[in-house]
Amino acid sequence: MENQSNLERIYNGLLKENPIFVLAIGMCPTFAITTSAINGIGMGLATTVVLALSNLLISLIRKIIPDSVRVPIFLVIVASFVTIVQFLMEGFLPSLYDALGIYIPLIVVNCIILGRAEAYAYRNPPLLSLFDGIGMGLGFTFAVTWIGAVRELIGSGKIFGYQLLPLADLATGKAGYEPVAIFVMAPGAFLALSVLVAIMNTKRKKKGMAPLPIGCSPESCAACGNRSCVTRNSGSVKVENTAKAAQGGKSE
Amino acid sequence: MKTLIIIIISSALINNVVLSQFLGLCSFLGVSTSVKTATGMGMAVIFVLTLSSLVTSIIYKAILYPKYDYLQTIVFILVIAALVQFVEMFLKNSVPTLYRALGVYLPLIATNCAVLGVALKNVTHSYNILEGTVNGFATAVGYTFAIVIMAGIREKIDTNDIDPAFKGKPIILVTSGLMAIAFFGFSGLVA
Repeated sequence: MENQSNLERIYNGLLKENPIFVLAIGMCPTFAITTSAINGIGMGLATTVVLALSNLLISLIRKIIPDSVRVPIFLVIVASFVTIVQFLMEGFLPSLYDALGIYIPLIVVNCIILGRAEAYAYRNPPLLSLFDGIGMGLGFTFAVTWIGAVRELIGSGKIFGYQLLPLADLATGKAGYEPVAIFVMAPGAFLALSVLVAIMNTKRKKKGMAPLPIGCSPESCAACGNRSCVTRNSGSVKVENTAKAAQGGKSE
Repeated sequence: MKTLIIIIISSALINNVVLSQFLGLCSFLGVSTSVKTATGMGMAVIFVLTLSSLVTSIIYKAILYPKYDYLQTIVFILVIAALVQFVEMFLKNSVPTLYRALGVYLPLIATNCAVLGVALKNVTHSYNILEGTVNGFATAVGYTFAIVIMAGIREKIDTNDIDPAFKGKPIILVTSGLMAIAFFGFSGLVA
């Protein structure tokens, strides 16, 4: 039974509630690091490790975390694991570390991690939270690797560095694929993601769901303890009120 | 002086924080509904980012460097979260006019990854305190450029005939992509 529900968490993160393709949270790193499939895998696995370990630790100490300061505590826990992962990467995968650069420490502000801490790990037992983290992390990895592979293929004709489409050669007049280099640069991220969101919106429409919001999606906002949602809804509600509301919701 | 000017041009235009670094994307897409709100958001970002770069630079140089610099991510995220709260409380009580102008935008900045991004960038580029602060200011100016231009375009987009699949978020992402291509033109400015 226990085993089954652990597997269920992995399936849930990977497919049913995939953080990118279904929940549409944590889009910022998705733009930045999907320049190639291998970058996608690296960033995805780094995020998975942080997500799984921070979910586990938060769930273990969830009963002793005071409700009003939970977000700073989550931040410290997540930032500690991110620092560990950053140093491991610098030591053992220096080329990937250079390619991902500043986006590794920025895993701290990835909405998926704080979102899962708040929405799942803070309310569920450790083992389930660990598997939820692994599932969500693998779902994220799957999504960013996919997007990275598509961008790499259009932008350079390669996948995982392997030349899949033979390139055209102007000098010899050899016919072949002419890469759209803009796709592996910054503007390409916007164009690729816009097509992805358009596909997702069309699917959501068929299922009778509302299209994805233009800014951050409300689910991710609420999950991150993002105060902007609170302010947007009701003028200028204080943080204390939000904390109180959360507490009230919990005791009910 | 020359280094400062190079920092300003490269942070505000060439490596634009939104269009080429993808930091602060959430608020860029969410708040760019009208030029007026976009300007307000831009001003609030300039205020907070300059202040946070100053504070994180000082903390890094005075306390963390060189012995405890492995703690930078943990310290920066906490300092920034506390700073934004503090700025909000301080403005509310002491400078109500400024609070009325910027107050609604401050909570939006609290979770903005651009703030942490700039603090970390100052460290990786090993900027001193002055250079770090200028970098924060210039980055925020770049953010303001991007969001105000975006808001101007979005006010026009609403009246256009757009394919139903691309209505809403997708068309705005396409617009951002075209803006990013335009900002590519600045890349030759600094050798």
